[in-house]
Amino acid sequence: MVQIYLPIAELSVDVFVLLILGWFVGFISGISGIGASFLMTPTLIFLGIPSPVAVASQANQVVATSISGTLAQWSRGNIDFKMGGILLLGGLAGSSFGVWLFGFLARIGQGDLVVAISYIMCLGWIGLLMLWESLRSVFKKLQASAKVKIPFYQRAWVQGLPFKRNFPRSNLYISLWLPIVIGFGVGVLSAIMGVGGSFLLVPAMIYLLGMPVTVVVGTSLFQMVFVTANVTLQQAIQNNSVDILLALILMISGVAGTQWGTKMSGKVRGEYVRFVFALLMLGVCVGLINEFLVEPSSVYSIRTVGELR
Amino acid sequence: MWLLTLSVAGVRADTLIADLSNRFIAITTGFSGTDLLVFGAIDVPGDIVVIVQGPPTDVVVRRKERIAGFWVNRANVTFKNIPSFYAIAASKPIEDILAPEIQQQLNIGLEYLPMKTDVTLTPSETKEFREALIVNKRLQQLYYSNILRVNFMGRELFRTNISFPSNVPTGDYLLDIMLVRDKNVVSAQQTPLSVTKTGFGAEIYDFAHQNALLYGLAAIVLGLFGGWAGYVFFRRR
Repeated sequence: MVQIYLPIAELSVDVFVLLILGWFVGFISGISGIGASFLMTPTLIFLGIPSPVAVASQANQVVATSISGTLAQWSRGNIDFKMGGILLLGGLAGSSFGVWLFGFLARIGQGDLVVAISYIMCLGWIGLLMLWESLRSVFKKLQASAKVKIPFYQRAWVQGLPFKRNFPRSNLYISLWLPIVIGFGVGVLSAIMGVGGSFLLVPAMIYLLGMPVTVVVGTSLFQMVFVTANVTLQQAIQNNSVDILLALILMISGVAGTQWGTKMSGKVRGEYVRFVFALLMLGVCVGLINEFLVEPSSVYSIRTVGELR
Repeated sequence: MWLLTLSVAGVRADTLIADLSNRFIAITTGFSGTDLLVFGAIDVPGDIVVIVQGPPTDVVVRRKERIAGFWVNRANVTFKNIPSFYAIAASKPIEDILAPEIQQQLNIGLEYLPMKTDVTLTPSETKEFREALIVNKRLQQLYYSNILRVNFMGRELFRTNISFPSNVPTGDYLLDIMLVRDKNVVSAQQTPLSVTKTGFGAEIYDFAHQNALLYGLAAIVLGLFGGWAGYVFFRRR
């Protein structure tokens, strides 16, 4: 039990609880290859850290985990810089808008609600998809139930969008609008939820853009470095809510956990990991829904004006 | 609003002398709350009441309502210039030593604290939101739940301990130490107390608020460096 006073959150928390949390989230991210930062923000809020501080400091923490992953992917040549750059255009605009929106909503008292709804929708949707996919591959029914369906990126209206460009590394010839809009959408959610957004971006890149799986993780990490850096900067300027000490503690334990998880990832089957990952997502989702359905012990809450509590 | 207006004739200030163990509470990185000793002496018999008030702030009270099955924030009321912290200590139960009119006049006790709202409410709504504010402040340990005890050593020396939790608001506090006789305040002394962040934590807080752009950039550099260091460290192993 070592209490540490977080200067921006303005309260004391047990440093070991934060270290274990950071390590665990890093471990899950490393073993599954998908960012598990969605576990972090709700836990921080549960520990009493105000939601704006939790979201902003978490974004700062993801800068570290994503640069670390980007460097590893870069050394293997798994990054499509051109696609990453275009996604980034949308991502920077989306995340800047998201930070402004979040600050506004927090000031009118709906910050917690918007964070919770974003989490419920994203976790519920992706969690169910992933659960379904992992169950199918576990039971080897993939071929039997696979329908012939035209992928999103091959539909006529998608192919007909203007500003088409060539992306040699991904072997694609698509409209610039697709990655820009996807980048924007993920950027907004990334700012509101304080996550890197890879659990949203990776499926979008595969199913909506049709990118090859080999470059998806590296490219998403690459653009995440800049998007989370932008969220950190915007949160610091607009909401003064980045707690550098909290971010540092989560960073150290998170990087260590990620490395350990990555080493373990070769030793377990992917679909089992994704199954557990999907259950975690749905668990957090159900917990959040429950919080809104059950009558609160007190219907009143207070906030000091000028503070983002 | 801090000055106690004493309407009592013939107050002799020298009948009461009091001081604090510390005029300054420092919130450091290891801060987990602290105790403050208030002590003093009186040269006439009587009772002692001590009031500690934190810097005034505006507080929004929100009420959740059920909409389509979900509990969400709806109604809200802003209370103006509410003490951010309020504690009280007395040598005997307050109602035994002070007349209610005097408590009302000098704003002694939470029930006599003036709480102005930004909108005009019905008396029942005012009562409801006011109580909600006090309940929540008590949960945060910023308003007293029980009146603390002032102990006498002999007839002249008194002391009491005021506890401040780890989430104590920063700013300038005021302590009112009052000598009470015959259900009235006969002498009073006001002492300031400063609660400030100091050390590493304070520097971070000031940096974040005074130079937000540079702070944000520093946070990014910390992230980039931390991630790079992790990558290099674990690649070698």
